[in-house]
Amino acid sequence: MSANPDPSETQHPVQEAENRISRREFMVRAGATGALLAGAAAAGRALWKPDHFVPGFQAEKGLQLANYAPEISKVLPSMAIAHGQDHDSTVRAAIGALGGMSRFIKRGDVVMIKPNVAFDRPAALAATTHPEALRAVAKLVIEAGAAKVFIADNPINSPAGCFLKSGLRQVANDLNLELLYPETNSFSPLQLEGEVLKHWTFFHEPFKKATKVIGVAPCKDHNLCHASMTMKNWYGLLGGRRNQFHQHIHSIVSDFALMMKPTLVVLDGMNVLMSNGPTGGRLSDVKHMGTVVAGTDMVAVDSYGYSHLLERDLAELTYIHKAHDRKLGNKNWKDTLYKEVQA
Amino acid sequence: MKSNFRDLLKLRSVRRVAQVFFFSLFLFFVVISDLRYLKGYPASLFLELDPLVAFATAITTHTVYMGLLLSLLLILPTLLFGRIFCNWICPYGILHHFIGWLMGKRRAEERERIEANRYKKLYSLKYVILIGMVVAAVCGSLQIGLLDPICLFHRSMTTAIMPMLNIFIPSSVYVRQYFHMGAWVIGFILFFLVGMNVLIPRFFCRVLCPLGAFLGTLSSFALWRIDRDPDKCVDCDLCLKSCEGASDPHTQLRKSECFVCFNCVEDCPEDAISFKFMPPLKREITAPMVPARRALLGSLVGVGFFAFGRGSGKTDRDYNKKVIRPPGSVEEKDFLDRCIKCDQCIRVCPTNVLQPSLLESGLEGIWTPILNMKLGYCELNCTLCGQVCPTGAIQRITIEEKTGMGPFAEEGPIRLGTAFYDHGRCLPWSMETPCVVCEEVCPVSPKAIYSREVTITKRDGNPITLRRPYVDPALCIGCGICEHECPVTDEAAIRVTAIGETRSRERRLLMDGGVTSSVRGLEKRQR
Repeated sequence: MSANPDPSETQHPVQEAENRISRREFMVRAGATGALLAGAAAAGRALWKPDHFVPGFQAEKGLQLANYAPEISKVLPSMAIAHGQDHDSTVRAAIGALGGMSRFIKRGDVVMIKPNVAFDRPAALAATTHPEALRAVAKLVIEAGAAKVFIADNPINSPAGCFLKSGLRQVANDLNLELLYPETNSFSPLQLEGEVLKHWTFFHEPFKKATKVIGVAPCKDHNLCHASMTMKNWYGLLGGRRNQFHQHIHSIVSDFALMMKPTLVVLDGMNVLMSNGPTGGRLSDVKHMGTVVAGTDMVAVDSYGYSHLLERDLAELTYIHKAHDRKLGNKNWKDTLYKEVQA
Repeated sequence: MKSNFRDLLKLRSVRRVAQVFFFSLFLFFVVISDLRYLKGYPASLFLELDPLVAFATAITTHTVYMGLLLSLLLILPTLLFGRIFCNWICPYGILHHFIGWLMGKRRAEERERIEANRYKKLYSLKYVILIGMVVAAVCGSLQIGLLDPICLFHRSMTTAIMPMLNIFIPSSVYVRQYFHMGAWVIGFILFFLVGMNVLIPRFFCRVLCPLGAFLGTLSSFALWRIDRDPDKCVDCDLCLKSCEGASDPHTQLRKSECFVCFNCVEDCPEDAISFKFMPPLKREITAPMVPARRALLGSLVGVGFFAFGRGSGKTDRDYNKKVIRPPGSVEEKDFLDRCIKCDQCIRVCPTNVLQPSLLESGLEGIWTPILNMKLGYCELNCTLCGQVCPTGAIQRITIEEKTGMGPFAEEGPIRLGTAFYDHGRCLPWSMETPCVVCEEVCPVSPKAIYSREVTITKRDGNPITLRRPYVDPALCIGCGICEHECPVTDEAAIRVTAIGETRSRERRLLMDGGVTSSVRGLEKRQR
């Protein structure tokens, strides 16, 4: 356009030129519209799901848990019963009778210790793993050369309160153990061919790095399944709608023996919750038994705990028989290679 | 270099340091109000320093509860300097100051900023609000917490902001996500009040804040005041450019509106404005401007709020079964005399059971704490809610007092309500399925929930042996963990309702309300 067009001469052609768009502009604008249309169509086609589906019936996949069990020994016992006065020496005696912690933990191992901290209770009420039991086990693990020790549980009560008031947080601080709370992103689904337990959300975080797993459980009365010991301790690794487990409690507890193949379990029977379990609440519910049982066969350990620590008839403990019949362990602990020692 | 150093010593710089300090301190208290970090920190310090909280609860209860005496610490500087709290200490004021500054950058035109900071008649509304709330308090309904900035900010952080952070960054604030009933209402109120800074700078502080009105009234007596020398003043109005309170420093200063931010002193090109000890009062408007008829209207609303609230019956015979108050709470009418809706108890609760009620406890009880057992349960060995309550609506009880142990054995435990079975929804009662999770988690010893073994013939003809649960009302403390853990999660087969709460004689269930002889026998019984 010239700087000063003469209106009388140029009005008509200039206006026409202004109304007409250039070829380039036409290409750009039509191209943009076309590209948006094509993009929307392509995205729609790519995301299109032509078949209907019923929600909740898709195939489920989950992780497989590793086997943490030690090699079977023909010489060393698979279960040790130690009697003593304090946690430290009694735990030491029990593990020593098994051949020492070095049999289970090698230098550089990352060890996950699973206590039972289900409730927000002081240690004296025996509803949770005693802090001194955890301390004794963790010290042995560290002495054996573990590179790192995790402590983790998914309690029924609020996690922070449970770890604080049971005294386990203090032990974790003292010994520099890493305490893992059951956070939102700590869970992944687990896949299992259990009797009832097939696909369930699982506290996976500590197992991402762990090379060895040790369960440290209190010995407790339980209102529905009679007793909570080393097998039932693994309940605390599951998340989701756990309260449905009660509908098939004996199948579930025996499924735990299939789910978890631990390196070692320790049953703390120094003070046993005899009644009003699994929560307890009064010192009169607790009885001093001065015993620690350690072993590689949870079924054997729990059998001893039920008959000798809770002092009840093993015939009524359905989950032990289920586990035995499924060949997940030996309920006849006297038939196994065991050792009984005094601290 | 030298001039930079002198800038640092300017009052404005000192004020900014104080603002950053007090805002950070507030955030610190919000963050550590958690069982994992709360190590005896005074988490409710800002509420205890709040003179309106102390003043209004003194009206309703005729006492000053524990730490509320600290509010005298704020009365003193107000009487010396004026509303220094509003611009130096108040975290909510600092938030609005910061947002206003952010928005003010767009209002770059000097004239526009000056116009935005002129006094408006609307700004007397806060005095009318204060009058209404004080009158309601005199009648017996404590409502200052609806708009008191410390209560409001704590409540917004607890129910809206902290859960929001945790939604975007899981487990950053809580181990498990917290939920709060009606959080969106509180969240949008916060957004609205903050957003209003776009239209009117410091909208909340200038228009609504009852604490500002309270301090404004007190500051009429302040000894040190902003003073303008009319001989030096050239009427450029530049003092209004950054005036936080809209207190008209360019003409007759409205002392009750002045936030003592010192911006006018530093913005004046003629050095006509200074902060002086006892300047002549005739150059000022010393007292707040409240038209008498509006004040009357405000007091009528206060009277109505109380009367209509009480008249609706929710504090009396028509009490709601869902109004289950935290352990250690005082009787309902006394509770409404004390609760300032700051929701500190809700912040510190380790199980997320405490919730801000909307209308469950009636008009007067908006945002007061109630227990929702779907979201949590009352932890047996926990009294954190009472530890952070600044006004004693939830008393500072001990574990022994709560559980009825030791010296409190005769009185028995504090009960929040009583659990009842809904047999139609209970698996062992009507669906031939074993369960009794409720009995498992019942925390008292002996358990308040017990079960009886029965063998029934199933629909298919096979026998099944199950345990059917029962509640012993003499032992139930209403903690609600049974309801929380019940697998029938949409509406549990066992539910706690408020009946049987020990805080109220009218709402007890059993005649003696405590340990019965049958219970004593049970305690001796071995399993």
